Amino acid sequence: MTELTNLTVAQIRDGHRAGDFSAVEVAEAFNANVAGAKALNAFIVETPEHAIAAAKQADADRAAGTLKPLSGVPIGMKDLFATNGVQTTAASHMLEGFVPRYESTVSQKLWDAGCGMLGKLNLDQFAMGSSNETSYFGNVISPWKRKDGGNAALAPGGSSGGSSSAIAARLCPAATGTDTGGSIRQPAAFTGISGIKPTYGRCSRWGIVAFASSLDQAGPMARDVRDCAIMLENMAGFDPKDATSLDMAVPNWEAALSSDLKGKTVGIPKEYRLEGIDPEIDAMWDAGIAMLKDAGAAVVEISLPHTKYALPTYYIIAPAEASSNLARYDGVRYGLRDLPEGAGLQDMYAATRADGFGPEVKRRIMIGTYVLSAGFYDAYYTQAQKVRTLIARDFEAAFGSCDVILAPTAPSAAFGLGEKMADPLAMYLNDVFAVPASLAGLPAMSVPAALNREGLPLGLQIIGKAFDEQGVLNAGLAIEERAGFTARAEKWW
Amino acid sequence: MAIDQATVRKIASLARIAISDADAAAMEGELNGILGWVEQLGEVDVTGVEPMTAVIPNKLRLRDDVIDADPLTGGNRRDDILANAPAAQHGFFGVPKVIE
Amino acid sequence: MSDYRIKGETGEWEVVIGLEVHAQVTSNAKLFSGAATAFGAEPNTQVSLVDAAMPGMLPVPNRECIRQAVRTGMAIEAQINKWSRFDRKNYFYADLPQGYQISQLYHPLVGEGSLTIAADEKAGIPSDKVIGIERIHVEQDAGKLMHDQHPTMSYVDLNRSGVALMEIVSRPDMRSPAEAGAYVRKLRSILRYVGSCDGNMEEGSMRADVNVSVRKPGDEFGTRTETKNVNSVRFVMAVIEGEAKRQVELIESGGTVVQETRLYDPDRNETRSMRSKEDAHDYRYFPDPDLLPLELEDAFLDECRASLPELPDAKRARYLSEGISAYNADVLTAEVEAARWFDALLEAGAKPVAAANWVTSELFGALNRMGRDISDSPVSPAQAAELLGLVADGTISGTIAKQVFEKMLETGDGAAAIVDREGLKQTSDTGAIEAEIAKVLAANADKVEQYKGGKEALFGFFVGQTMKAMQGKANPQVVNELLKKALG
Repeated sequence: MTELTNLTVAQIRDGHRAGDFSAVEVAEAFNANVAGAKALNAFIVETPEHAIAAAKQADADRAAGTLKPLSGVPIGMKDLFATNGVQTTAASHMLEGFVPRYESTVSQKLWDAGCGMLGKLNLDQFAMGSSNETSYFGNVISPWKRKDGGNAALAPGGSSGGSSSAIAARLCPAATGTDTGGSIRQPAAFTGISGIKPTYGRCSRWGIVAFASSLDQAGPMARDVRDCAIMLENMAGFDPKDATSLDMAVPNWEAALSSDLKGKTVGIPKEYRLEGIDPEIDAMWDAGIAMLKDAGAAVVEISLPHTKYALPTYYIIAPAEASSNLARYDGVRYGLRDLPEGAGLQDMYAATRADGFGPEVKRRIMIGTYVLSAGFYDAYYTQAQKVRTLIARDFEAAFGSCDVILAPTAPSAAFGLGEKMADPLAMYLNDVFAVPASLAGLPAMSVPAALNREGLPLGLQIIGKAFDEQGVLNAGLAIEERAGFTARAEKWW
Repeated sequence: MAIDQATVRKIASLARIAISDADAAAMEGELNGILGWVEQLGEVDVTGVEPMTAVIPNKLRLRDDVIDADPLTGGNRRDDILANAPAAQHGFFGVPKVIE
Repeated sequence: MSDYRIKGETGEWEVVIGLEVHAQVTSNAKLFSGAATAFGAEPNTQVSLVDAAMPGMLPVPNRECIRQAVRTGMAIEAQINKWSRFDRKNYFYADLPQGYQISQLYHPLVGEGSLTIAADEKAGIPSDKVIGIERIHVEQDAGKLMHDQHPTMSYVDLNRSGVALMEIVSRPDMRSPAEAGAYVRKLRSILRYVGSCDGNMEEGSMRADVNVSVRKPGDEFGTRTETKNVNSVRFVMAVIEGEAKRQVELIESGGTVVQETRLYDPDRNETRSMRSKEDAHDYRYFPDPDLLPLELEDAFLDECRASLPELPDAKRARYLSEGISAYNADVLTAEVEAARWFDALLEAGAKPVAAANWVTSELFGALNRMGRDISDSPVSPAQAAELLGLVADGTISGTIAKQVFEKMLETGDGAAAIVDREGLKQTSDTGAIEAEIAKVLAANADKVEQYKGGKEALFGFFVGQTMKAMQGKANPQVVNELLKKALG
């Protein structure tokens, strides 16, 4: 029998259903991997007992003939999802020790589907970051190493870096992620796994610690496209508690998976050809175009003229929303309270927030506060929302002539920890290809496509029309089948 | 437009984040770098363009006027509300005395 | 125009007043959560995870709160905006869990409207006056801080946090405390008719931010101050009076009025500057990204309009057209409960003028004595209609009606039953009445002489004596006719 921790979600589900192994065996195997991977620092809290309890239930359900869609599948939960009775921190000092008495809608759906929880996954603090270096609980380390004889620790991407690292290192077969401006897709690309951000509103935001409400969207990360489809089916769905939730039926994405792209047209946005970009990125992109042609798709060049303004637009809107969303962390009702001797209420706020937020979070709150402040609101925020309209219109126009868009996920492979921390702008540029789809609320996924000359994974991104996750998944599957990406990080931890 | 350290301190005060002089100095440079970069948006012609309101076409749904219909959004859960409070007393949250 | 003036050393000053009234919307649950809104619950029991701003919590608007605000807007004949938005008003305070209040700045639900305050000579309002209303927007209330329970701490109760408020913003159209008082009373009356707010100022369901400035008549507006959270009509008037005087004295002694927030202390009847809120002026309003634009459909608006009751002005006009006196019409329409009771009385068949007189004198008098509200009157409109019917058809006299009413209050029995039981039916039996008249005239021969000598005022004396002899049961009209005949 193959090692249980090498199985995909679909293989675990089907194998458990067929009686090839027990769910408890699966949970124990993953629990052992988690316990043995402290060096990756992928988890903030480990919850082996949760995984075991769910596995026992899955085995009992199998005996009783009442199996659920994901019975026997243990997963990792990004520590941005509130979990009832389990510490939920958003990787911040602010929420260290915070134990919610409620469960996020998405995590509840997964438990209801039979999943067990291996633990709460590390992330960039309040999901703000692209390298997982802003967590209060320490950097997450990618399991990947460059093939240069050196031993540099690499970034797993961010903000869902705990999720990406854990999946790539076989600590869990799948995990939840959230994507505000690339936080699912970029870490997936950096670690050679798949991840999809669905259409804005597909997954309920209720119970997910908010970063930027108009952009935040949960989605799955897993080893392949099929697993993403399975997971997304069990995470998505209408939630009356979220006013922005889509009141639409959840399609059976897995059943409709097809890599036959005959009759489909793939758009290649010319503005994504960045000057001075690593030629290996462009080469991978060209290879991806060839793969989709091979799958039967027609290929056309498209134009998304406002692409260059997407990042600056994002870096106004996201911090503005964050500055307001994070105002609730004030030391009054939960979380950290820093009350200097003799301090009044307002001093307590200032001390608590100075101590409870890390530098990147503070930087974004400051930017957001500034762009919303009197006299600057129209010049920054209103202007950004107008440009955002133009960016969304670009996509709308482009989808007049194509069904999906193919582009790189990130402008480079994983970089070394510390390499970009000194320069916030250089860090922000990581999301240059990911942010436009976020601003337009469109479904987008990253699939591993190649290794670069250093032996590090590169990802291709497929962006789809609103609500057309199926089109995205199918194109992703066509690439997955042709790229034949089987590389995995050699175990060193 | 460039911001100075006094502005940095004013923003920090509005955001209720205590900031040391050294941090204010460091942040002055960082914020100016970011703001200078986002200001390129000013060059986009947005004549006649409405600001984005809903990213995906969707209608604001309204809730029925029913008390505690869903425990997750209803009341009568004081213990849960106060469970993580740094200073809960007699069913209240405690804060340093406020003089109005 | 109001001639209310503050007499200063440099001449007369005019007062300019605008009011922002915060009215709690009548609803079972809060604006954005399912927690209850009832007054007086144990601290923090009516608080949801949403109201406590737990991480990841999201608002979903309550339809009824939107409906009530729309109906209120319709009642002041305001523009209803079919497209509106919620904005966040950002500031830090212990009673504001989210660190922002969800309100509506840029696109309010209700636009321009107005209400009319009635002429009141005694109060210095010579004619009806239209007060402009700029807008009504919907927003969340904050929680409550208690300062006197602990030596070094304030306590926070979030029961009110998230309760729906309508902020009703007037134009600066009022020129005297009396006009402002009349405006608040009229607004309260309309809200209670509509049913969108219970108007209970003691429980804080209605409170006003009072904007006051002074100027020499004809000059531009002066700088205004805003006194927050004033919770009675009397206090609103006192604040205006005091604040206008303070501003005049300040300006005349060489100072300038600062635009600021002030707080009213009813015990000392004075306002003072609220320095604690001074630095919070940059509210960084922006559209709430958790909520989509609020778009109202025609069917929703139609229902709002169809469900509006007859409003005070229309009702008053109807009463006047039915011959009811202006005074009675005012009294009957001021409070919705009285108006409803009176309408039920008319519905039950009572004649408008007689019914209005009876309600405003007899019924209100009795309720007053018993210390009861009209909503728990021991006599129902149907019972009252029965009583008034007996007077109208001549079965009993007005005098006997008073006795019957007293018995009705005592026993709860119906008027006709009481009249039957006690034999109070009035008589038009001319034979019996003539017999008594003869006795009265015989016993008062001197007065008959005086009457015939020209002292006609004595006629009333004979009527009284005859009625007394008939134990009040004679038909007064018949008595009059027969007396006139007998006295030649």
